[in-house]
Amino acid sequence: MLRALRSLIAAAFVGAITLHCASAATLLNVSYDPTREFYAEYNLAFAAYWKKKTGEDVTIEQSHGSSGGQSRAVIEGLEADVVTLALAYDIDAIATKSKSIAPDWAKRLPDNSSPYTSSIVFLVRAGNPKHIHDWPDIAKPGVAIVTPNPKTSGAARWNVLAAYSYGLKRNNNDEAKARALVGAIYKNAVVLDSASRASTVTFTERGIGDVLVSWENEAILVVKQHPKDYQIVVPSVSILAEPPVAWVDANVTKHHTEALAKAYLEFLYTPQAQRLACKWGYRPRLTSVLGTCGTSFPRSDLTTIANFGGWNAAAQRFFADGGIFDQVYSAK
Amino acid sequence: MIPGRGLALGITMMIVAIVVVVPLGALVLTLNGITPAGFLATAFSHSALAAYRLSFGAAILASLIDVVAGAAIAVVLVRYPSPGMRILDALVDVPFALPPAVTGITLATLYGPHGWIGAWLAQHGIAVAYTPAGIVLALAFVGMPFVVRTVQPVIAALPREYAQAAASLGATPFTILRRITLPLVAPAFLTGFALALARTLGEYGSVIFIAGNMPGKTEIVPLIIVTRLEQYDFSGAAAVALVSLVVSFLMLLTINALQRRMLAARTAA
Repeated sequence: MLRALRSLIAAAFVGAITLHCASAATLLNVSYDPTREFYAEYNLAFAAYWKKKTGEDVTIEQSHGSSGGQSRAVIEGLEADVVTLALAYDIDAIATKSKSIAPDWAKRLPDNSSPYTSSIVFLVRAGNPKHIHDWPDIAKPGVAIVTPNPKTSGAARWNVLAAYSYGLKRNNNDEAKARALVGAIYKNAVVLDSASRASTVTFTERGIGDVLVSWENEAILVVKQHPKDYQIVVPSVSILAEPPVAWVDANVTKHHTEALAKAYLEFLYTPQAQRLACKWGYRPRLTSVLGTCGTSFPRSDLTTIANFGGWNAAAQRFFADGGIFDQVYSAK
Repeated sequence: MIPGRGLALGITMMIVAIVVVVPLGALVLTLNGITPAGFLATAFSHSALAAYRLSFGAAILASLIDVVAGAAIAVVLVRYPSPGMRILDALVDVPFALPPAVTGITLATLYGPHGWIGAWLAQHGIAVAYTPAGIVLALAFVGMPFVVRTVQPVIAALPREYAQAAASLGATPFTILRRITLPLVAPAFLTGFALALARTLGEYGSVIFIAGNMPGKTEIVPLIIVTRLEQYDFSGAAAVALVSLVVSFLMLLTINALQRRMLAARTAA
């Protein structure tokens, strides 16, 4: 309750600021944790582009937190002009609960409104001492896994689905085997942090676990900072994580920032922005920038959320109370 | 009637209403739309029950540890004043001021399997971080100053005459402690315990980093509430919060009643 109250107060506070600044061109981008560095740089690039195009100065404010928490803040009145979250489920929630985003938001921008993508990979300690190459390797007894709790971290839900996809593909769609694999993997978890950044800290700073099951972009950042200590292992099957973006119709109408908000999101698809996304570890949609952005992305067989019938169906089936995750986790 | 009573009462009631009653009312309103069966299923689900046991058990245990350790600190602070002691005195308040996240991250680092203390404990086969013991540790840390600050002034103001009179009548130090000192400080201990308990029952920020959050094992009640919110199940979150709140309220009410009886008994004697 305290958390809800806190977010309410924060919402009121930010709302007041936004109202106050409504005369200057200001945009509030409500995003999730790992995009912090990317958007800091992107905002500067966009402001320069906008100034050149229209002569207008624009200030972009960023807000970061867990994707679900940010979504709830917007539902409860945080006056975001645009939301850039970890999964479509969290934007769908805004569209259905507060009706401030049009239900067809995913079709308004190219590529399901996901300008950059990522995937789920393994981060292991240098030299890969536990010989981890694919999903079954982390299901073996004696391997200690660090990963966020999929019940509290929306982003961590991609991890469960990635493991499940491997289980289906390698066992002729045998659901029982896919479940057993997910169960065995999560029983190896030694810490289930509440958010993805927290898991990264547990694995790197505290030195716990043999493998971190993580967002690819997060793993790339860690390896860039500590190239001698860690390496990335790409499993043969994973999921294409599509973090979506949308403008918040009700708020941009109210703030008269509709054109600005749309331009801000459309600019994400330009080569300049795609190169930035790639630099910060996200897979760009524009493959032409791949050679010039300083990050390479190994190929693996990527499934998509559409194969699970979309997020609403997947959330119900896997992560609701008594869903597949609860079943495989509590099974002895 | 005392002059100004109406105004004072009015202002007090308004503040209580705005700060306490309205948010609680909003919590109950959030339950809107949940059926009684749904309420029971959510508020007393397997994972919720495990979390209540853990959260209340850890909070009580941590508050008891605080009472014992806090009393020792308070006695030392009162009985052995010195300039160095003033620094210790100020240090006691640090848990008040430290952001909970800092507390949690620091404790997890220290007590993690590779931390200064955790590595040594690990050699002896003891794990603290990411176990219920870690939760108790974090709670004891945040609750400690409440006990020290409640007990300290009472110990400082303890009249020496009773103890001296008892000694002159041949009472042993143990009898003096049991019959004179403890009854005098007991209400303060109880208050300290209640404050520490109230603080630790709802603690989220510091615990979450050291708990490990393993379903059914180290998931605390606030985490269950967050889990509900993460599913956009607002009424479910309110249901768990309400049960937790009612139990907390009953516990604090019991402590208050116990304390009143203690004070009444003392006045009667």
